[in-house]
Amino acid sequence: MNAPTTTVPPATPHWRNYPRFLWTALLESVEGNWVFYVWMTFLTAIFLVGANAWAVQVRDGMHLTNMSDHVSWALYIANFTFLVGLAAGGVMMVIPSYLYHDEEMHDIVLIGELLAIAAIIMALMFVVCDLGRPDRFWHLIPGLGRFNFPVSMLTWDVIVLNGYLLINLHICGYLLYMRYLGRKPNRKWYVPFVFLSILWAISIHTVTAFLYCGLGSRPFWNTALLAPRFLTSAFVSGPAFIIVAIQVIRHAIGRKFGNGPIRTLVNIMRVTILINLLMVVSEVFVEFYTGGTHTSAAHYLYFGLHGHNALVPWIWSSVAMTVTAAILLLNPKVFSRSWMMNLACVLAFIGIWIEKGMGMVIPGFVPSVLHEVVEYTPSLLEWKIMAGIWALGLMIYTLAIKIAINVFRNSPLATKENANQTNSGPLAS
Amino acid sequence: MDNITTDPQESNGLSRRSALKGVGAMLGVAAFAKAIAPLTEWTQNISAEEFVQKHYKELTPIDLEIILHRLEKDTRDQYGADVTIKDYKPQEGVKFGYALNLSVCNGCRKCAEACHIENNHDRPSNQSYIRVFEMSKGSMDMEKGNVHYDHPVPQPDKFYMPVQCQQCERPPCVDVCPVEATWKEPDGIVVVDYNWCIGCRYCEAACPYHARRFNWTKPQISAIEINPIQSYLSNRIRPQGVVEKCHFCLHRTRNGRLPACLEACPTGARVFGNLLDPNSDVRQVLAHKRVFVLKEELGLKPQFFYFFDV
Repeated sequence: MNAPTTTVPPATPHWRNYPRFLWTALLESVEGNWVFYVWMTFLTAIFLVGANAWAVQVRDGMHLTNMSDHVSWALYIANFTFLVGLAAGGVMMVIPSYLYHDEEMHDIVLIGELLAIAAIIMALMFVVCDLGRPDRFWHLIPGLGRFNFPVSMLTWDVIVLNGYLLINLHICGYLLYMRYLGRKPNRKWYVPFVFLSILWAISIHTVTAFLYCGLGSRPFWNTALLAPRFLTSAFVSGPAFIIVAIQVIRHAIGRKFGNGPIRTLVNIMRVTILINLLMVVSEVFVEFYTGGTHTSAAHYLYFGLHGHNALVPWIWSSVAMTVTAAILLLNPKVFSRSWMMNLACVLAFIGIWIEKGMGMVIPGFVPSVLHEVVEYTPSLLEWKIMAGIWALGLMIYTLAIKIAINVFRNSPLATKENANQTNSGPLAS
Repeated sequence: MDNITTDPQESNGLSRRSALKGVGAMLGVAAFAKAIAPLTEWTQNISAEEFVQKHYKELTPIDLEIILHRLEKDTRDQYGADVTIKDYKPQEGVKFGYALNLSVCNGCRKCAEACHIENNHDRPSNQSYIRVFEMSKGSMDMEKGNVHYDHPVPQPDKFYMPVQCQQCERPPCVDVCPVEATWKEPDGIVVVDYNWCIGCRYCEAACPYHARRFNWTKPQISAIEINPIQSYLSNRIRPQGVVEKCHFCLHRTRNGRLPACLEACPTGARVFGNLLDPNSDVRQVLAHKRVFVLKEELGLKPQFFYFFDV
């Protein structure tokens, strides 16, 4: 489906050659050194724990979670929301590379696009884990089931998330396949899709925000600032992940690349993290200065309500992490001291994860619509399922990155481009 | 950093490595199969007919007949009770409305209990579609209300406000459902097809009246306690993992009877009837009492009305 038909056909047709390429690439990607095997075994073990926890949850019912009719969405949907943001943020490096013709960014755009793919897969898995009846998943498939489009925002989300996944699979698949064939990619087969993916990235997080902010029943979510806040925080967490990923990758393959892109990403984060903080402050001001029962969720979140304060440590940790990350990023020394940059990225990443999850999803439900306070802390089973999905996502990302590296290494184009690259690491095999 | 191409015994190394990988892959697959084994136990309870069952509105009368028999058999097999499950259709010229007199409600919670029994709710969780709030006189602020009161009623400085599904004219729960598993019937009742709901709980997030309940576990109820008069869209025992809600006891009210919560009320606080009939009790209340609805500002037009006598 990704194979272009207009270019000169190779010996075998693309529709047969492309799956073969994917299969070979996958087989090659599971070759590695002992660090790789330990890493993958570790992730597999965690994934299996999560898979088992999910199977038990489906069999015995979701009472094994700590959700209730009062807090009816929790850790899974929190992760889903965060991961949609991460997927959107993944293409943040695409924008400067294509809009400003930053050639060095061009080369590592795939790192962000592959992150988008892994994050969307994780996000979709979190939704499936949140379903009481995963066996009825087919009811959501347009044509087969009954798709309540366009009224239900959830159907919009189904469309934009799957669409985004397909667009990014096409872009990554096409660029890698062309590399593998040793051809220059045909611009008309990927540039329109890249621009589409930029627009689409904004749409996935906007639609996900609309899921929440369109509900008049939940004053805490019912704010027009939600979608812009989602996007801004996504453009913090996405670059934060990619900055760390670039460093891990160049350590693994022993090739110094990406200093320019990292600088660009840090500059993006410097702006977005401040805008995000500004939006938090402006929301907090409205909530607390106005007062009244509509703002009791914010009271509960930041200071506790009627002696219930389960979320207070979470949100203040998030605030502390984000503020610290902002201070570190604004320090000019951040470019010369990688520990500083990495610490800022990790803090920002976790800070946003809390903010989108325990700080956004849960207070929407506490106090409840009838003003009852029923608190929530995740159960062990929920943590297991969450860890399992993250482990699988990291496995997918690791393999996808390895496929990309191998294709670049073995490409007929590689010999002249990487002539100066002699230090072939273990991933080169 | 061992690079396999530098292995002196390249071919041996490779074959040993592939063998190890094969073993690893097999172990992984076996472990995965073991990990998701609980799913096979679960799927044994889901028949192929149930899996491929169509949406309620797409069922032919014959389809429905077969399904109702299957559900009766399932209830017999799983709960040991002989029940009759029918599908009662809305009547022409009927639109149900409910009114509740807050001046006389004494907070006894007999309505909630009657709902629990009538609708075959899960016994251990003491589930009910009705929550009764004990409110302080002089305030309509629900934040000061309390559902967990445990003392003789009525208390002199309190009044009592039962809350259940308000059967909104513009139900947000119906709008948000991604698979149309819930809809508003012509007689005004918002129903759920328990065999179509995927359990995403978006409706629970959207409802401003806390009207919806999720089956966090398979409902537990002993055969002797099961109400055998059941219908598809109302009080049949719900499957695990789906959402349910108050349906104005449609298996009773579509047959000219009154809701169980009304019949159980010892104070006469509850008034039920046809909003399209000018002589109905509920229309009389709307015409002669000062009536209000909960959260009117949300614009959802509830068909459940509250009033005070004095």
